[in-house]
Amino acid sequence: MRAYSRVGRVFSREIGCEAGSTTLSLWMAEQTRSDEVPALGAEDIVKRFGDILVLDNVSLSVAKGEVMALVGESGAGKTTLLRLFNRMVTPDSGRVSVGGLPVDTLNPVRLRRSIGYVQQEGGLLPHWTVLRNTALVPWLRAMASPNDLASKALRLVGLPPEEFGHRRPRELSGGQRQRVALARALAAEPEIILLDEPFRALDAITRAELVEAVDSLLERIGVTVLMVTNDIRTALDIADRVAVLRAGRFEQVASPTELRASPSTPYVKQLLDRAGEGAVK
Amino acid sequence: MSWRPPAWVILGLSSLLAVIPAPAAAQRGPVVVGSKPFSESFILAEMFAQILESRGIGVERRLGLGATEIAFQALRTGAIDVYPEYTGTGLVAILNQTPQGTAAQVYRRVSRAFRERWAIRWLPPLGFENTYAIAVRRESAETDGLSNLTDLSSVADRYVGGFSPDFIGRPDGLPGLQEHYDLRIVEVRSLLQGVKYEALALGEVDIIDGYSTDGLIERYDLIVLEDDLNFFPPYQAAPVVGRNLWKTRPDAIRALSELSGMLDEETMTALNRRVEVDREDFVTVARDALADMGLVEGPALRIVQDLDDLRPPLVTYLWARRMETLRLTSRHMLLVLVSLLGATVVAIPLGLVLERARKGAEWVIRGVGLLQTIPSIALLAFMIPLLGIGVVPALVALFLYSLFPILRNTYTGIRDADVTAVESARSLGMTDGQILTYIRFPLAIPVIMAGVRTAAVITVGTATLAAFIGAGGLGDPIVAGLALSDSRMILSGAIPAAVLAFLVDGVLGLLERVVTPSGLAVGD
Repeated sequence: MRAYSRVGRVFSREIGCEAGSTTLSLWMAEQTRSDEVPALGAEDIVKRFGDILVLDNVSLSVAKGEVMALVGESGAGKTTLLRLFNRMVTPDSGRVSVGGLPVDTLNPVRLRRSIGYVQQEGGLLPHWTVLRNTALVPWLRAMASPNDLASKALRLVGLPPEEFGHRRPRELSGGQRQRVALARALAAEPEIILLDEPFRALDAITRAELVEAVDSLLERIGVTVLMVTNDIRTALDIADRVAVLRAGRFEQVASPTELRASPSTPYVKQLLDRAGEGAVK
Repeated sequence: MSWRPPAWVILGLSSLLAVIPAPAAAQRGPVVVGSKPFSESFILAEMFAQILESRGIGVERRLGLGATEIAFQALRTGAIDVYPEYTGTGLVAILNQTPQGTAAQVYRRVSRAFRERWAIRWLPPLGFENTYAIAVRRESAETDGLSNLTDLSSVADRYVGGFSPDFIGRPDGLPGLQEHYDLRIVEVRSLLQGVKYEALALGEVDIIDGYSTDGLIERYDLIVLEDDLNFFPPYQAAPVVGRNLWKTRPDAIRALSELSGMLDEETMTALNRRVEVDREDFVTVARDALADMGLVEGPALRIVQDLDDLRPPLVTYLWARRMETLRLTSRHMLLVLVSLLGATVVAIPLGLVLERARKGAEWVIRGVGLLQTIPSIALLAFMIPLLGIGVVPALVALFLYSLFPILRNTYTGIRDADVTAVESARSLGMTDGQILTYIRFPLAIPVIMAGVRTAAVITVGTATLAAFIGAGGLGDPIVAGLALSDSRMILSGAIPAAVLAFLVDGVLGLLERVVTPSGLAVGD
């Protein structure tokens, strides 16, 4: 309850409501009664792209401080679900909330600035230095000293700014670029981070190193994380809970232990077996 | 969507306008003498200019104007004061009337019509006629027994015609001729004046349209077929004078009228031959002609120059003209840089705006692309009624031609800028405006610069055509050289133009390196 009202305070300060203070005070009143307001909430979401049903009546809730992994094959709807929360995707029907606030009442630009985001392939600006890339969100939010925040974030991901700050993305390795993307998501010290395939397209060693680094980092800073990955092993290593998505529907949402012990569908079992993570082993 | 041009756009455009020289004051300025782009017109215009100068009247030369339409529009709009024209051309090509009547009747008809419609005066004829001369090789004439156009009708279907483009189209040209003499010339090739004689001599074609006074008919030993059924209208040459000169400069009118009746066909043919065949300078030829008529003082005894003096090697020729070349090059640079700057200042912001209004973008760009398909000569001719002749219409035409490559590249570069970077920036809360300013535009710079470089090289080439509307630049010697069949003169314009294109592209390449954000390596 204390934790949730902190999320609420952060959002009331940083996002503001299009509907004005009435909605906000209603929400504040709500908080005192509810112990169950999730940091990220999606209910009965349906989303189509043309004729293709991408999300088929999906509901998901991520608690404050929780690390949730979305697992599934490409095309399962993971990224679409992730992008509901920063209003990069609008559902055809269903409700999406962040910090208990319905996202369609929030200014999308300010919402996005308040959520950390790592895009597939990193998406660093190729003509900006590592430091400037990392300082992007603090700069957009006109925070006091963007470069100090960026330096701090770079140190967190293991890239000393003195050595890497002045480089351009093309002067980094793939793993280093992913670390910068992660630092960029962290620099403004957001309460919530969305990660879209942060470990994709990395060689095995780099990937293992980065997974380990991210795991210990997330434990240390205690943010709410929703992460998309097509690799169930990474999900089992990092996440508090894993949601297995297949063709726009959830197969199972459970903790790694529970998932390993009792996969609820043949698909989940197959997924675990193929990754060498099944209970049989 | 609404878009206000930023201050720097307005500033750029107004400073652009400040560079364009204002039209010279009309009162007591120099008399502007024009000509069309062929040797006889050059010689006659030069004679007009020299006789005016010898009577103490200041002269500005605008020789080699595109064609009948451009020269006439220039006269009508007051951009030039006088140029040599032919009564038959005035009747058929300008007034669109049917060719008929004697030389005196035609002269009366055109002078009345020009005076009434445009207050343009035909001064008394110079004394010779220069009509179309349908010519064949001597051996064809002998084999087929040809001496006049009636004889031609029985063999015409075996002959390949080589005619100038306007002769093929004009009612007083091929269509009328075929009908009048019942000719059936089946195969017709469109050939420029400069190559027609060579093609006939080599047997590529069998029959051509020449001018009765030109010097090449004799040189190639051609037979001119007599117009025995009087198809061609009389083409008497005379100075045509604009309304302003007629009203304000009686001294100039008097001086030009002194030439009346002074040139017969034999004399004119001889003058043309000295330029076209003997490669003498038309300025010298014009001066000698005036001296022989006793109209100006000249050397009593003409010095016959050594052949080597007349035809120095190309390098010597180019070196001797270096100051002139420098002057023409700087004028050329002015045309290129001002029009290119203007196009850049307009096309880049337009490309940015279009990226935000994509539905209309392709149509706007295609519309601008359509401008590119208008032949330059036609575009220049359209400009004359609006802007006269000289630097201003040339700048506008070059500006219009430069827009397309810059606009297309700006739009494409902005639209296709690194999708992942744009998407991630949006996801982190950049607004569309910030994305345009900080991401799309910097990332598009190499593509935009490629468009500017394309436009620059095209403009350096197209600017040579500006000579057709009297804007000067390196096109001057090219146009004059083409008219006078003087390849060295052509090269004295073409070589610096090519070097200029190379240099401009190189300098812009360096600029591209400077303005491209580091992190995007040029040439990767």
